[in-house]
Amino acid sequence: MGKFLKHQIKTWGLTELFKGLSVTGKYFFKKKITVRYPEEKTPISPRFRGHHALRRYENGEERCIACKLCEAVCPANAITIESKERDDGSRRTTQYDIDMFKCIYCGFCEEACPVDAIVETRVFEYEFHERGPHIQTKDKLLAFGDKHEAQIAADRAVDAKYR
Amino acid sequence: MFDALQAFLSTFLFDWLAILITLVIQTVVVVLPIMLVVAWLTYAERKVIGFMQVRMGPNRVGPLGLLQPIADALKLMTKEVIFPDQANKYLFIIAPILALAPAVAAWAVIPFADGMVVADVNAGLLYILAVTSIIVYGTIVAGWASNSKYAFLGALRGSAQKISYEIAMGFALVTVLMISGSMNLTDIVNGQQGGMLNWYLLPLLPMFFVYFISGLAETNRTPFDVIEGEAEIVAGFHVDYSGMTFGVFMLAEYAMMILISFMTAIMFLGGWLSPFEGIPVLETMFAWVPQLGWLAFKVSLLLFIFLWLRATFPRYRYDQLMRLGWKVLIPLTILWVFVVGAMKYFSFGPWFN
Repeated sequence: MGKFLKHQIKTWGLTELFKGLSVTGKYFFKKKITVRYPEEKTPISPRFRGHHALRRYENGEERCIACKLCEAVCPANAITIESKERDDGSRRTTQYDIDMFKCIYCGFCEEACPVDAIVETRVFEYEFHERGPHIQTKDKLLAFGDKHEAQIAADRAVDAKYR
Repeated sequence: MFDALQAFLSTFLFDWLAILITLVIQTVVVVLPIMLVVAWLTYAERKVIGFMQVRMGPNRVGPLGLLQPIADALKLMTKEVIFPDQANKYLFIIAPILALAPAVAAWAVIPFADGMVVADVNAGLLYILAVTSIIVYGTIVAGWASNSKYAFLGALRGSAQKISYEIAMGFALVTVLMISGSMNLTDIVNGQQGGMLNWYLLPLLPMFFVYFISGLAETNRTPFDVIEGEAEIVAGFHVDYSGMTFGVFMLAEYAMMILISFMTAIMFLGGWLSPFEGIPVLETMFAWVPQLGWLAFKVSLLLFIFLWLRATFPRYRYDQLMRLGWKVLIPLTILWVFVVGAMKYFSFGPWFN
């Protein structure tokens, strides 16, 4: 009998409905978790894998030695490398293309590189509106590396002890 | 005020023209604010639901997203209106009009303050009940004219649901009628004078809930929106509607929501009466609030509850919905008719004397 009465009170008092309403009512006043993207940004890890870049040594010499390890490891076959002996006798690339449409941003090229030449930066806000620019050539990658060198070096330094 | 306008106009115009012009002005004065409130009610809905889901809601168009309704309206107006190949074109166009017209027409008898009413009809309650029940034709005709299984299923569900809940709603109104002794909405509000205790909320508390729940079902709001049911029948009766024809359905739905809130406020919450009537200090403190202000406050509170319910409850299953309507609400209302009768016989409380 007590159970019956309890059930009736619960049903006719709409207790469960009010319980549900109180939950949403509480959330109404909670701090909102929305990040308003262009104005606000979420923090990015130093290991973030975004736009590629080719780095140089401090004396301005390009790091890449055309070992083609990145080309070999690339699971998406996005990297194309041609190499030639330079006038001073060192082996250098004549062509270093990354097809940004093929690239899956796995970061294997960066892992494979013995001289830390090819890196993935934390830059992710770029887009291509047509075919053509999506092939990042050696010049473009080097220029991109020069532009973001400070950030790239800082990110590598933070991550260095885990490598 | 409008009588004076009419008298002024008839000094240099035909009488019938003066009356016509006055009527048109009256209609615009009532309908235009309602349409604006409808527009920003959609904004409020998205904002409230967003807040309850710990998001921000629309905040891109204008400050705090306040111009969002204008952007929405512009979008709907510039979109193409698509007619399905097999649809009955005439009915297809008439359906949204059939849905909107009663939702707007019902406002004729709603008093916004003492004497601020377009038509002070003595059978206002009956008029509202009659006019709002016509809205179901909009959904049925829309479902039929679209010539789509989903739309037709939605329309069938909608008509059955609305007819079921109309009975409970009618009985809830009967109790109000018994207690107030008048079908004139102005008289109903004036009968509740003398502070919060004299409102019909207390003696008719179960009826308040019944009326509000039936109102939810009448307007196809969320716990009872089987008529739209995007999970199982895509969007119900308005699957095939696009552009402004769809917009008109939305206008009708939100206008009905506001109407139901107005009716609830007028019949149970004392309409435009201040809740502090008869309380010594507070009454003078809030004496500056206009009657329309109190009514707007109560209505917006009820509208907030509409949105709150939408953010909280999942959709009823169809058989549960029918069970609630026929086996719970209708017996409860019939029971309460007798309770109110007994209360009246024994002159119970401040409400019956």
